[in-house]
Amino acid sequence: MNRFAELLDRLVLTPSRNGKLTLLSDYFRSVEDPDRGLALAAITGDLTIAAVKPAMLRALVMERMDPVLFGYSYDYVGDLAETVSLVWPQSPADIANHVPTLAEVVAKLQAASRSDGPKVLARLLDSASISARFAVIKLVTGGLRIGVSARLAKQALADLGKVDIAEIEELWHGLTPPYAELFAWLEGKAEKPKKTALALFRPVMLSNPIGDGDLEKLDPADYAAEWKWDGIRVQAVSEGGVRRLYSRTGDDVSGAFPDLAEAMDFSATLDGELLVGDPRQATGTFSDLQQRLNRKSVTPKIQQQYPAFMRCYDVLQIGDEDLRTRAFRERRGHLEAFVQTLDPSRFDLSPLVEFTDWQALEELRRKPLHPVIEGVMLKRWDSPYLTGRPKGPWFKWKRDPHTIDAVLMYAQRGHGKRSSFYSDYTFGVWSGPEGSEELVPVGKAYFGFTDEELRQIDKYVRDNTIERFGPVRSVRADRRQGLVLEVAFEGLNRSTRHKSGVAMRFPRISRLRWDKPAAEADRIETLQALLDS
Amino acid sequence: MRASDLLHPRPEGLYCPPGDFFIDPVRPVSRALITHGHSDHARSGHRSVLATQQTLDIMRLRYGEGFAGTTQAAALGEAIALNGVTVTFHPAGHVLGSAQIEVVHQGSCIVASGDYKRQRDATCEPFEPVKCDVFITEATFGLPVFRHPPDTEEIARLLKSTAQFPERAHLVGAYALGKAQRVMRLLRDAGYDRPIYIHGALAKLSDYYQSQGIELGTLEPATVESSGKEDFTGAIVVGPPSAFADRWARRFPDPISCFASGWMRIRQRAKQGGVELPLIVSDHADWDELTTTIRETGAGEIWVTHGREEALVRWCELEGIAARPLHLVGYEDEGD
Repeated sequence: MNRFAELLDRLVLTPSRNGKLTLLSDYFRSVEDPDRGLALAAITGDLTIAAVKPAMLRALVMERMDPVLFGYSYDYVGDLAETVSLVWPQSPADIANHVPTLAEVVAKLQAASRSDGPKVLARLLDSASISARFAVIKLVTGGLRIGVSARLAKQALADLGKVDIAEIEELWHGLTPPYAELFAWLEGKAEKPKKTALALFRPVMLSNPIGDGDLEKLDPADYAAEWKWDGIRVQAVSEGGVRRLYSRTGDDVSGAFPDLAEAMDFSATLDGELLVGDPRQATGTFSDLQQRLNRKSVTPKIQQQYPAFMRCYDVLQIGDEDLRTRAFRERRGHLEAFVQTLDPSRFDLSPLVEFTDWQALEELRRKPLHPVIEGVMLKRWDSPYLTGRPKGPWFKWKRDPHTIDAVLMYAQRGHGKRSSFYSDYTFGVWSGPEGSEELVPVGKAYFGFTDEELRQIDKYVRDNTIERFGPVRSVRADRRQGLVLEVAFEGLNRSTRHKSGVAMRFPRISRLRWDKPAAEADRIETLQALLDS
Repeated sequence: MRASDLLHPRPEGLYCPPGDFFIDPVRPVSRALITHGHSDHARSGHRSVLATQQTLDIMRLRYGEGFAGTTQAAALGEAIALNGVTVTFHPAGHVLGSAQIEVVHQGSCIVASGDYKRQRDATCEPFEPVKCDVFITEATFGLPVFRHPPDTEEIARLLKSTAQFPERAHLVGAYALGKAQRVMRLLRDAGYDRPIYIHGALAKLSDYYQSQGIELGTLEPATVESSGKEDFTGAIVVGPPSAFADRWARRFPDPISCFASGWMRIRQRAKQGGVELPLIVSDHADWDELTTTIRETGAGEIWVTHGREEALVRWCELEGIAARPLHLVGYEDEGD
């Protein structure tokens, strides 16, 4: 338990991806079964433990200490799980000779009935150290929130076994905690686990961006072109009555889209884009799609308002026949015929784009026929369906990003290599009537600049700081003085969380406009117009 | 005599009218008794200073020769008469030279503890509980959430991290007086025998600790002149926390920022400060040490200064011990 607690403590404060991977793979290497597998399940969200409500936790601690002292403590710390882990009274007699393992803790929590749950939890907290108490509380209150995705955990497993992550993704949904057979294989002690479960994820094929000069080397006759839709890439697998919708990283998202899953009455594996609307009439925007994302439950009303459908790009399997080795041209033929047999309100075919030469395609790319298109895809007619991101068969050729001139407002210190640099920038645009304009923050970006530019901005931040809040500096930014940043971004969403009402997708600094007076930066209306278009 | 006639707060600091002296005054006074060398307790410019020899030495190092008009060294445990008031210095376990000051007059006894801790620390004399009528305690970590783990566990985590990330430098933020030397000593006691690189602000005080017989091993200046960037690969570098936000830190390869402080108990504090590896090592008493010490002194009355007074006063009330906050101003937590 203590090793798991220590891992959580470190992960939550480690910002770099590589650092997290090292911590995770070291943990998986040094901890034995079944603890490491249960830790893995806790991180990927595959561990089922009956949830404990915060009110119950609070009641438990109130029975044990003065409410006034608890109140002072909670006010100071601000986080219930952490406060309880710290103030939980422990008598020396409670400290057992034997520190419970993660497996013992999980077993006790899973075996607890609703009525004796609080007592079981209290006994566990009695016998644990502070860090372990925090970990136990995190397990029972649901959601570790340590900034580690299931995908990152799988990458750490891939690093551990020196295998491709695609192999792990493909197996994943056929495995259950504590994953002993998976670890045995990764450590070279056993054969690779057999794929026996139905409707498993097949690792998806990804594309590379078209770079400068790439097109000149390609023959237009070798490639099919297709719109790139701005939704979520998904894989629909239906096999032997088991229906699953996977994200492109192999997370099972079926639960969020019961309407689409219900329509998967076929036996096949399809690759496509998840969108909302009715494909026969109108395709919703990404903002519309967001109404369906990150929800615990999907109400019938939301399902009706924003029905999910799948725009199909490819077919990997029909019945028992694996089509992945066939050429795109052949798969496309199968796909066109297959989509005909599906519910037209839930599935349609992503149309091919006719073109003769790159120039003609460039025209189409610049002026796509629908706002939910973010560019074109190029796929070699003779390419098999490969795993990962092979260079050559598939390209994405995206619409040019939007840009806006914004003013630097706040800067925050970075981490690791950048810990002495102010490298995370919050920028704003003007709003309000003429004569009393104010900057309103519209986004945050921390890349897009060169090391030399970073040094320059860092110096500017240090020289023009007007206030400090911990690692954040407020930078002088008014009509007369301020640093203008050209910010590139892929799109805008409506946001109720931000004062400006907009949230940028994938913002980055594209240019430093030392030459531009702050007063000439863009206004909020420019962004709002983009939102409405 | 009432205790509040023997010692009470004045804008300059805690004052003793019959003895005509102040304890840890924040403004220049005629006669100052100083508990320890942290800059919020030991200030320059007093006409006369009474403190332990080590505290006097530390003040001289920090402020220069003329830091006070006259000085007098107090030996630990030795009773000194000041205008009929008897004062005795007792070890406080906070930093090298730190002392509690026992003030006795007409049968009434008050102990002003300054800052103190109870965890064992190889760089200073351990705290000695002194029986008294009134115990004046600090409350820097006066909340039940502050529970310092054994410092050896924290150092073990640091060493584990250096093994996990051998390609990176570990920058340990630690205040220049006390904490820095304690961290270095803990590293040595844990068997770490590579040179420890230190920021220039630590050099004089660390030399002084070594001259007092506290072995810190080989310390090297963390300067680029003496060492190329790659030489700091896998190194442990100790410096004042403020330096790590500074351009100074750029000389280290992909550093992991660590901070040795009792505040690191709270995750949000670590996160806000951009600390990746918090080390909960404190020179102040944690909640359990504060409450244990209050009981051990047997004092019938507790005066609580600088920190989170209200929680400690509440605890005393629950225990049936009279307690009140002293509301002294001017003390920050430089030592942590």
